[in-house]
Amino acid sequence: MSGRVHLGMPAFPEAAASATRNARLRGNLSHATGTIRAKRAQAVAELSDWDALRAAGAAVKDRTLRHLDHYLERLEEAVTAAGGTVHWAADAAEANRIVTDLVRATGETEVVKVKSMATQEIDLNAALERAGIRAYETDLAELIVQLGDDLPSHILVPAIHRNRGEIRDIFREEMGRWGRPAPKGLTDDPAELAEAARLHLREKFLRAKVGVSGANFMVAETGTLVVVESEGNGRMCLTLPETLISVVGIEKVVPTWQDLEIFLQLLPRSSTAERMNPYTSMWTGTTDSETADGPRVFHLVLLDNGRTDALADTVGRQALRCIRCSACLNVCPVYERAGGHAYGSAYPGPIGAILTPQLRGTASELDASLPYASSLCGACYEVCPVAIDIPQVLVHLRERVVEGGEVTVRGQRTTIRPARGHAAERAAMRAARWAFDHPRALLAGQRLASRTRRLHPRRLPGPGRAWTATRDLPTVPAESFRDWWRRTRNVRGEARGEGGGR
Amino acid sequence: MSGRDVVLARIRRALTDVPRSEAPDDVPVPRSYERAHVPDGETSDALVDLLAENLADYRALVHRTDADGLPTLLRRLLLEHGSETVLVPPGLPTWWLESADATRVHDRAASTPAELDAVDSVVTGCAVAIAETGTIVLDGGPDQGRRRITLIPDHHVCVVRVPDQVVASVPRALERLDPTRPLTWISGPSATSDIELDRVEGVHGPRTLEVVLLTE
Repeated sequence: MSGRVHLGMPAFPEAAASATRNARLRGNLSHATGTIRAKRAQAVAELSDWDALRAAGAAVKDRTLRHLDHYLERLEEAVTAAGGTVHWAADAAEANRIVTDLVRATGETEVVKVKSMATQEIDLNAALERAGIRAYETDLAELIVQLGDDLPSHILVPAIHRNRGEIRDIFREEMGRWGRPAPKGLTDDPAELAEAARLHLREKFLRAKVGVSGANFMVAETGTLVVVESEGNGRMCLTLPETLISVVGIEKVVPTWQDLEIFLQLLPRSSTAERMNPYTSMWTGTTDSETADGPRVFHLVLLDNGRTDALADTVGRQALRCIRCSACLNVCPVYERAGGHAYGSAYPGPIGAILTPQLRGTASELDASLPYASSLCGACYEVCPVAIDIPQVLVHLRERVVEGGEVTVRGQRTTIRPARGHAAERAAMRAARWAFDHPRALLAGQRLASRTRRLHPRRLPGPGRAWTATRDLPTVPAESFRDWWRRTRNVRGEARGEGGGR
Repeated sequence: MSGRDVVLARIRRALTDVPRSEAPDDVPVPRSYERAHVPDGETSDALVDLLAENLADYRALVHRTDADGLPTLLRRLLLEHGSETVLVPPGLPTWWLESADATRVHDRAASTPAELDAVDSVVTGCAVAIAETGTIVLDGGPDQGRRRITLIPDHHVCVVRVPDQVVASVPRALERLDPTRPLTWISGPSATSDIELDRVEGVHGPRTLEVVLLTE
């Protein structure tokens, strides 16, 4: 019952090809993303200064990233001064070890969890289970995923690939094995399903001694952590247990309290298309014993796990601005058809396609295929509340995959070799570069192509076959643009008569 | 090397493109966005109306009263919810509940979550309310109590003193709040969008949120 992990997944094209044949998955996804797209556009349109907020959000994140060491040290000071303890984890294994040891030290064998991308990324639940500690997911969608022994497929709504009928079936069959069974006669009415989750989880909240969370923001200036949520499961996990352990990526820090005024406007509208999400919790360390409110012990685990590798790439760095709103997933034509599982990571969709290959490197076939999981239509960039130019980073990572070159892996600068399977592409690019550098050869080649156009096949032979399997080979015009230009203008470039064109 | 040293060293190596002379504040942040989206000089009545409208839009039940009407209104709200017990923060003005029949349960450090789960309702004040988003913010002040008392009972009645506690926008709310206090921002009752990305009210937090706009 540990839940599955993204190991040994096939490359994106194979996984996507199989997902797109699943009509129910496609139906569920297109219904859900279609619903949220229209609402998001409306929520954003309510704010006349959206573009200014977006620019400010991007700039605050850039400032933070360019001075990340400075802000993390300020944060550590502030959290420590407020009674918290700060731990640093270079990778997933170290983070899992720290959290496991902290839970063991309490003597408890179960924890309640708030939905957290960071703990999903490091597969904390499996690490805890190996240590004999049961982790209960309490976000409704995470609960659906955990009960269904499934993988998350969306940043905001990890069970987006399930419709209400499937959720009812999972609740009926699995809740009893984890605790309180689903109510008798449970239907697929969303309100009834939410009620079933409320009843199932309440006993777990009320007895929990240890809570595990992530955070949406950490304020360096004050040491304040912020968790944005809807259901109240976050509030339960953050306030009822005696010990709270928060695992947070190092890029989640923002410099000042005032900076929250930008992100608390950008995030809810981009994410759930709400003016404000139902609940936001903010806490700074622990409170003293007389007015004790919430956990008496607070641990913050700062997670690198590849983030500094992304930071070292001046083009790819912008991916670390991400505030995990998932707007880019909801507008992506590739995500809508392929679904989240095909991306083989906790981070699906366009942001996953640029984040995963930077966090994990491009050594595996799957990770090397992710920068190609896009049509480069640019819709993701348009909706991104922190203006991450996802298409730019995708193209940059494609170049890295094809050409190889210098990158940072686990903190070490290293030169990677070009990925296999891109030989034809590399050869074509080299040929193109040579031709564009040698105009006479280009001209001769174009004329030759025009003269032989009737002889061109409709499908390419050899390595080009895959390309033309889904595309028509472009037809070569009888006359090249350069020749037309020369013919219709005089050699000195003066327009010839009224029909000379512009 | 400790994890801390490893991570900080990696960050510094990653940022070799940043000139040593550059200070954090040298990176420009254009703050040309609005401090609020309501017109300048908007009357406080209009702000309170906007707050009421946005609260109701997210399914909070909104009531308006003055000091004379408050005890009767609170009595009625508790009765209508069928509440026999009500949680009371330590500094809640005693006259607010002078007419209520429900048995008072006090907010104590020693209470267990299971004990709080048996209480029907909770009545609190708030620290600030945001008109543009329909949000009330609690900061654990004497009339609000510990965070858990507004979380476990299924019925939360929150009294907002208008117009004093109402601000237009998120930026103006943050200016008023103290980050060292535990803060809870509440916008409507507990809800979820996890089933087919459609919003449904009522999961773990109070399923009924009633906001009383108290004119002083």
